[in-house]
Amino acid sequence: MSDATGPDKFDGPTPDNALRQANKTSGPMLAADGKPLKKSLSRALRRQKLRALMLIAPLLIFVLVSFIAPIADMLFRSVENQIVSDTMPRTTEVLGAWDGQDLPPEEAFEAAYYDLYIAAEQRIHTRLGSRLNYELTGASSLFRKSGRGLDDIGEVYQDQFEDLDENWDEPMPWIELMGDPDWLAEQQEWAADEEGRQPRFELREGIDEILPRSAAQYAIFADFTQRVEEDNLLEEEPWSAVHTALYQDLASGDVSSYSGPRADMLQAAAALVASPEFETVAFIDGFEEIDEDWIEPPIWRTIKLYSPNYTSGYFLNSIDMQLTPDGAEARPENEQIYMLLFKRTLFMSLVITLSCILLGYPVAYILSNLPMRTANLLMILVLLPFWTSLLVRTSAWKVMLQQQGVINDVLVWIGLVADEQRLTMINNQFGTIVAMTHILLPFMILPMYSVMSTIPPSYVRAAKSLGATNWTTFWRVYFPQSIPGIGAGSILVFILSIGYYITPEIVGGTTGTFISNRIAYHISSSLNWGLAAALGTILLAVVLLLYWAYDRIVGIDNVKLG
Amino acid sequence: MKLTKTLLASTALTVSAGAVAAQDMADSMTLVSWGGAYQRSQDEAYVKPYLEMHPDVSVSWDESSNEAVARLRAMNEAGNITWDLVDVVAADAIRLCDEGLAMEYDPEDLLAEGDDGTSAEDDFGDLIVSDCFIPQIVYSTTVGYRTDLVGDTAPTDICALFDLEAYPGKRALERRPINNMEWALYCDGVAKDEIYDVLETPEGQDRALAKLDSIKDETVWWSAGADTPQLLADGEVIMGSTYNGRLFSVIEEQDQPVGMLWDMQVFDLDGWIIPTGLSDESLARVKDFVMFATDTQRLADQAKYISYGPARQSSAPLVGEHAELGIEMAPHMPTDPANAENTLLYNYEFWADYRDDIDAKFQSWLAQ
Repeated sequence: MSDATGPDKFDGPTPDNALRQANKTSGPMLAADGKPLKKSLSRALRRQKLRALMLIAPLLIFVLVSFIAPIADMLFRSVENQIVSDTMPRTTEVLGAWDGQDLPPEEAFEAAYYDLYIAAEQRIHTRLGSRLNYELTGASSLFRKSGRGLDDIGEVYQDQFEDLDENWDEPMPWIELMGDPDWLAEQQEWAADEEGRQPRFELREGIDEILPRSAAQYAIFADFTQRVEEDNLLEEEPWSAVHTALYQDLASGDVSSYSGPRADMLQAAAALVASPEFETVAFIDGFEEIDEDWIEPPIWRTIKLYSPNYTSGYFLNSIDMQLTPDGAEARPENEQIYMLLFKRTLFMSLVITLSCILLGYPVAYILSNLPMRTANLLMILVLLPFWTSLLVRTSAWKVMLQQQGVINDVLVWIGLVADEQRLTMINNQFGTIVAMTHILLPFMILPMYSVMSTIPPSYVRAAKSLGATNWTTFWRVYFPQSIPGIGAGSILVFILSIGYYITPEIVGGTTGTFISNRIAYHISSSLNWGLAAALGTILLAVVLLLYWAYDRIVGIDNVKLG
Repeated sequence: MKLTKTLLASTALTVSAGAVAAQDMADSMTLVSWGGAYQRSQDEAYVKPYLEMHPDVSVSWDESSNEAVARLRAMNEAGNITWDLVDVVAADAIRLCDEGLAMEYDPEDLLAEGDDGTSAEDDFGDLIVSDCFIPQIVYSTTVGYRTDLVGDTAPTDICALFDLEAYPGKRALERRPINNMEWALYCDGVAKDEIYDVLETPEGQDRALAKLDSIKDETVWWSAGADTPQLLADGEVIMGSTYNGRLFSVIEEQDQPVGMLWDMQVFDLDGWIIPTGLSDESLARVKDFVMFATDTQRLADQAKYISYGPARQSSAPLVGEHAELGIEMAPHMPTDPANAENTLLYNYEFWADYRDDIDAKFQSWLAQ
């Protein structure tokens, strides 16, 4: 991997040198067709490069699409956190100004009411609940409950308006009040045969000044009905959040000067709202009715803490810390696990790599020194486990190592171990190391073998004929030449074992499991993909760091696969 | 909620329209289940009879239920749902429903009435634990023991698990907090109806872990349902928790010296969910199949092949003999009154909330 083709090392007529030469001469050197040589040469070179690129393009695109992009996407999830601000945009905005002490102001409850109402209609509030449940236990059922309970707030108003005038629960009066007349004509035309696309709802001019909240809520309702539900808006009565907004508008504004369509109806409603009998619910009381957790600060703090679009929360979780309003803090001791697992994964991978070297080196040595026929035959034995299912091999180790297993039985039979004190060799670190060493051994033997078979036997003979002992010959002459094979095998085995998860899952018990087992759990069971992505990113970073360190210490040139 | 009503009304319309125009139904279905004996029981009881009635339909099985949650989410993100009907445990159904990956349905609409005329909603009763979950069977997690290794007095209650003096030897427990924490608290003297109240508090969780600590060194932690039967058969453990169907197969089909406890069995449910985002034709076919596959007779038929209780009350009297062994299946149902004297119902809502939290503590405790 040296840069033998570098321009500085060759004086011959390489393209680079020709270019340099062309530069040195005073006038531009011309090619046969009269164009400057420099230009036509670089064009030829460019064409060559392009052709080369075209050749590898399929592979490049394949790798990009099927490998790099998914990994990048997965890694991106470790910081991505848009779900909170997407689902509760108003709430997160209001909470931005909140100091995090006591309870947030009434506006936060109001914002949360409208946000959650829409989210519940879209059925995405539970998704946010499970997201926040990773940070605050109980958020999941709190959101599930709230989706059902929010109607109770709005129905207070809806019922009263309806009792006053049934029109408040009919689609058309609302449309006349809120909708633009031109749009209404188009919508009616469309409704005749329901062919094609529904004309998008438009607010009537000026209505958003008189009834700002109701107009906004009605527009959201109309958009949802038309685009998501694809129902005819003319036949849908608005949901109760619109009635709540209407109450708020009537309570805070003056509609006596309004003279548009349905003015009587609106003014009667305003009179009703102004009258002392009108029943109201403060948002905070409504939320308290749903669940008392809403009038405790933790849920609000969690929402505020996770309102930014990007969060460091997952990464903090994956190193046994947590995000708090006062910054990062260590988790309580009885919840710490990831650092332990990272350390254990690295330690056990090292042990597995070392035992693979110890077991694999003699095998590779013998293989490379035997006649071809015998070597090939033995090679099949090395490869045989490769052709067996991983699960079968791992389960076979279970049969061998368990307390009533083959090895223990033999030990008891020859009297080395008492029957009551059979050895525990599985469901612990030992079992994992044994099983994984066996499974990964071919990855160590193959590169070692291919490097060793290129070492000329004459070197060893020469060393011996010069008087070296067997040991000196091996240690000073043979071994240094086999190091590239050890290096390649070690990197393969180490990196493979760091990410292994089936074998530790089956034979690892409690002390032999790896970080990858937790990653798998978060991917497939808890669905906390953000945390899984953060753990995976850290693992990737650790591997790259170790690779770098290896390069610095041993040198990556010193690795050969053959 | 008014919107829901309109929604349901429109689904009802689709269904009735689908029933009339049979040609609008897809002619193939992909069902997802757990593989093994359980999937075979579904194939025998539901799918084969259905295919006899509809010879032009083809059904393929995908044995991916244990990773269904993650796979469905991935499919949903890719916008390409290739599964039509997925068999999951109730806890997963709740999670899928929360994530919007499973379709909400109306029992009156999708499910047939019971044979005795009770409405589907009453027939299934409380077992419809989520708006998306179509219950099929009741199974239980319970404890099996080696009759020849536990001494002269066979264990009769769950707390034998924690009694190392009377029953020395290894135990097998699942490598997750669910069930273990409840049993630990129960055997530590907590009344059955207070278990979840206690488990809610950090002190209660510590108390449960402390109880489990007393047998930690003597426990093999399993993660696959087949582990405990194997460990029992090999004599690796003297007792261990597993699903009642697995124990039935070890005892009755494989004739191993194993006995089982019904005391404090934890009831759990398994059933179907319909993924969201199916095409209209696929949905119509799936609904037609579900209507058939969850009726009283079909659920009772399933018990001929596996010892899990049918989720419909009206199916219980119809449970007959095992198809191959010819033994009466009713006494082997977890729901049989004789077996159900002291049981615990898995608290779905509690675990949906506390699963992440308690699991972190449990795994941290395990790794120490």
